[in-house]
Amino acid sequence: MDLLEYQGKQLFREHGVPTQDGQPAQTAQEAVEAAEELGYPVVIKAQVLIGGRGKAGGIKVANDRQEAREHAEGILGMDIRGFPVRELYVEKASDIAEEYYAAILLDRGAKQPMAMLSRMGGMDVEEIAGRDPNAIARVHVDSLIGFQDFHGRRLCFEAGIAGDVTRPVGALLARLYETFVAEDAMLVEVNPLLVTEARDVVALDAKVTVDGNALFRHPDVAAMRNPSAEDLQEQMARERGLTYVKLDGNIGVLGNGAGLVMSTLDVVAQAGGRPANFLDAGGGSKAEAIVGAVEVILSDPKVDAVLFNIFGGITRCDEVARGLVTAFGQIDVKVPFVVRLDGTNDEEGRSIIAEANLDGVDVEKTMLGAAARVVERANVGAPEPPETGEHPKPVGAATPGTGAASQADVSGTEVAAAEAGGGGGAPTAPGAEPTR
Amino acid sequence: MSILVDEGTKLVVSGLTGREGSFHGLNNGRYGTDLVAGVTPGKGGQDVEGVPIFDTVHEAVAETGANTSMVFVPPRFAADSVLEAADAGVDLIVCITEGIPAHDMLRVYTHLKRGATRLIGPNCPGVLSPRKANVGIIPAHFFSEGNVGVVSRSGTLTYQIGNELAQRGFGNSTIAGIGGDPIVGSSFIDVIALFEEDDETELIVMCGEIGGNEEERTADYIAENVSKPVVAYIAGFTAPPGKTMGHAGAIVSGSSGTAQAKAEALEAQGVRVGRTPSEVAEVAAKLSQAAA
Repeated sequence: MDLLEYQGKQLFREHGVPTQDGQPAQTAQEAVEAAEELGYPVVIKAQVLIGGRGKAGGIKVANDRQEAREHAEGILGMDIRGFPVRELYVEKASDIAEEYYAAILLDRGAKQPMAMLSRMGGMDVEEIAGRDPNAIARVHVDSLIGFQDFHGRRLCFEAGIAGDVTRPVGALLARLYETFVAEDAMLVEVNPLLVTEARDVVALDAKVTVDGNALFRHPDVAAMRNPSAEDLQEQMARERGLTYVKLDGNIGVLGNGAGLVMSTLDVVAQAGGRPANFLDAGGGSKAEAIVGAVEVILSDPKVDAVLFNIFGGITRCDEVARGLVTAFGQIDVKVPFVVRLDGTNDEEGRSIIAEANLDGVDVEKTMLGAAARVVERANVGAPEPPETGEHPKPVGAATPGTGAASQADVSGTEVAAAEAGGGGGAPTAPGAEPTR
Repeated sequence: MSILVDEGTKLVVSGLTGREGSFHGLNNGRYGTDLVAGVTPGKGGQDVEGVPIFDTVHEAVAETGANTSMVFVPPRFAADSVLEAADAGVDLIVCITEGIPAHDMLRVYTHLKRGATRLIGPNCPGVLSPRKANVGIIPAHFFSEGNVGVVSRSGTLTYQIGNELAQRGFGNSTIAGIGGDPIVGSSFIDVIALFEEDDETELIVMCGEIGGNEEERTADYIAENVSKPVVAYIAGFTAPPGKTMGHAGAIVSGSSGTAQAKAEALEAQGVRVGRTPSEVAEVAAKLSQAAA
């Protein structure tokens, strides 16, 4: 789960990471009041879960009350690359002597936390790596020992930061690591890490991604969930305990087990179709879960046909069939369904569907046969040029831009660069979070 | 032979008194696995259908000689149960639990790699050696004894591919699900190294998915260390970047971690990659004919 800048900074403050004074605001009036209280100049920042805010005009300096109001009104309601701005963060402006980059993340390849520091902050970390691969110092931290002073010293000296701030930067890194561990974060990133003309060290931005599996021990963080970042289907699915990812095609897909569903999306694409979603009904799917899943899939108006791909292991095909029959009784289904049932109790499941005599439901035995059939069905109502080629192209890129992971040699974990505030830094491209 | 679990497995289940734990644990016992004990703190002295329950894993190991632990407890307690089993000195821990916090697994992984206990999982379907032992939730009736070793990050996809293999007459030495989390106890490389040493295994099928760089590292390992033929499958060619696909590990990050990059890395090292589960079985059939 990704946190907004001001939410991340709230965690920073709890763990002693130095930040500027600031206040969140949901209306222009609140923003003006915050600015008056903080004292001018202030920076008014759009709070959205995507990078490139500065370039999009979502970060502005205000020198007086009138500017604060104008900027707040202008930024609220902006759409930044598909993300509507619903909240602002008003922060005291900073003067900038140096801009560094710092991050702690989970390095999946090494199965250890990794700390990174660069003297080239304020730009996307990928860009840093592109300009000079040696400009990012990295150390792995033993999770049973934790971040030691020497880790900080190594990073500071290897990154070549100004000699007079190695101690405060090292201390900030230690506090950042504490935040990473204490808050069960997958990524904690500060870009830029600012050195002011008075040589104070401050986290000017905060990008924090927390582990959704650990929210049970962080009720305060769980309450920070930002529903505006989820679309309707994702929200519906979460409420029903299902895993759903929106894609941009017209074939709804349901399966049991994440790997099988991913494989189903691939097979549908190979058959020339475009999946509308990923939906994992989970192992041991019961009838009730199936009804919920059908509701979620059909609430997406783009769906022209639906494919159920079930390989029964713990999941029993008869349960899935009963769920489907119940769903058809409760929901006015207007699109064709193709159902593939194989594995545990598959014959029983198929006969339940046959006996129910559901309109527009085809039953298939194999995965490839079912994929071909659903593509045929979907294209009857909505002709689409089929994709060709051996390797289907990724569909529905959810987050533009690529992360730092590959260049920074951080396997499997992306570092999303946040952009510089305070009127100084260059806006940067976004990345994606390690897990959601 | 086979790997990880066999006739010598003596299984203790943490969470045997729970609904899921008893269902699958007893199922494993009925399959023929030597299910010797369950552990639930405070329920020591009871039994579940004749299987004795102990308060601690240490006591279970001391009383029954258990050498393998299966962890079936809720995510917030699972890391503790894994550490307890390791401390009690079992050789192998299979952790089925899904949803364990990543930081818990970081500490568990770092601790275990300094000792002798092997961990499979978490968030995995377990390990099945057909006709010998089943530890986990793999539906055993699809699989027969044979010479194909299967290692996979996914559950149902493994059953799908196992079923395609079975329809072409293949049986399995062992099917090992290593789990879909970012941090798991054993990697593809760990399991493939065991298959390479195993006399019964003649062909290895690995089933990967988007995210991380395990498949790429495995490709290099296979090129240098594995003499047996390997067929791979990678799920997630159509996955958009930046989104998790159910498994916490399954996320495409930048240029590395995509299904395309993994397939290419494997093919560059001579590993055949099937584009559909059926094609994996087809390729396996061809390779096995060529070898015969």
